[in-house]
Amino acid sequence: MINELLHMNGYGIYVWSSFSFTFLSFLTLYVVIKIQYIKERNKFVSKYGNLDSKKAEVARSRIINKEILSSSQSI
Amino acid sequence: MFKFLEPNRIFLITSKAPKYVMALFIVVFFLGLVESLILSPEDYKQSHSVRIMYVHVPAAWISLGIFSSITLLSLSGFIFKNKHLFLIAKSLAPSGLVFNIIALVTGSIWGKPTWGTWWAWDARITSMLILALFYLMYLIAWRIYADKENVFKITTIITIFGIINVPIIKYSVDWWNTLHQPASINLLSKTSIHPSMLFPLLIMTAAFTLFSLLIFLMKYNTELIKIKNKGLDRL
Repeated sequence: MINELLHMNGYGIYVWSSFSFTFLSFLTLYVVIKIQYIKERNKFVSKYGNLDSKKAEVARSRIINKEILSSSQSI
Repeated sequence: MFKFLEPNRIFLITSKAPKYVMALFIVVFFLGLVESLILSPEDYKQSHSVRIMYVHVPAAWISLGIFSSITLLSLSGFIFKNKHLFLIAKSLAPSGLVFNIIALVTGSIWGKPTWGTWWAWDARITSMLILALFYLMYLIAWRIYADKENVFKITTIITIFGIINVPIIKYSVDWWNTLHQPASINLLSKTSIHPSMLFPLLIMTAAFTLFSLLIFLMKYNTELIKIKNKGLDRL
């Protein structure tokens, strides 16, 4: 059964390489976009931390800023 | 007119949505893999190599769909002077390019056992390669032009030229003698694919759509935070 699934009448190499390429492309794209997200979020948190109290209050009044600070986008 | 596209409101949804989309994607993708690699039958002519269709076709469909959406969004952004539509279009492009590359590479792998060659300068394959070049030009334009007005204009022009290629891709197999087979699935006429193969194909299409939605949401959130970073600088 496993052998048949791997070999696929001699077409296994083509089928598995296609599925592997697709999976690897998904993984690479996901990781690249995730790294970009983390970088921007960390930049935001660090900039926010450097604001003086008056500016921080102005920034905090915006919903989106609060959301960025609270959201860790767990995936 | 586009008040519902206000970033503050949208971010409340888009920041929470990825984890749910990811969970759904994993379930649907797993189902799709079981269906396409184990449960679906082999083809009487192509044998098991037909299974490549389950990644090749959805990838091609989605890359075409995404490019069409990018064009529509860019044109709407230009007509209605709405910068937010450009941001949505920009966030769609990375997954569109990756799906285009997947379609080209898996098509090439499928070509070897079917046609006896990895590559042929056939109308369908060449027009898909041209689409990948348009995706690249679009993404490079966003990187090299700092001035927003310029980048909006240039990316819209790229998509207008690129969209001419989309019907060429679709009808290339009918207009020219190509190695590539004609469409087996047609919305307007009878579909020639057997339900036992159509079902896994549709599941994989759903999985790929969910993945492109996931990447879009993550990229869109990143772009919004980038804008907010600039906002903090101005405070």
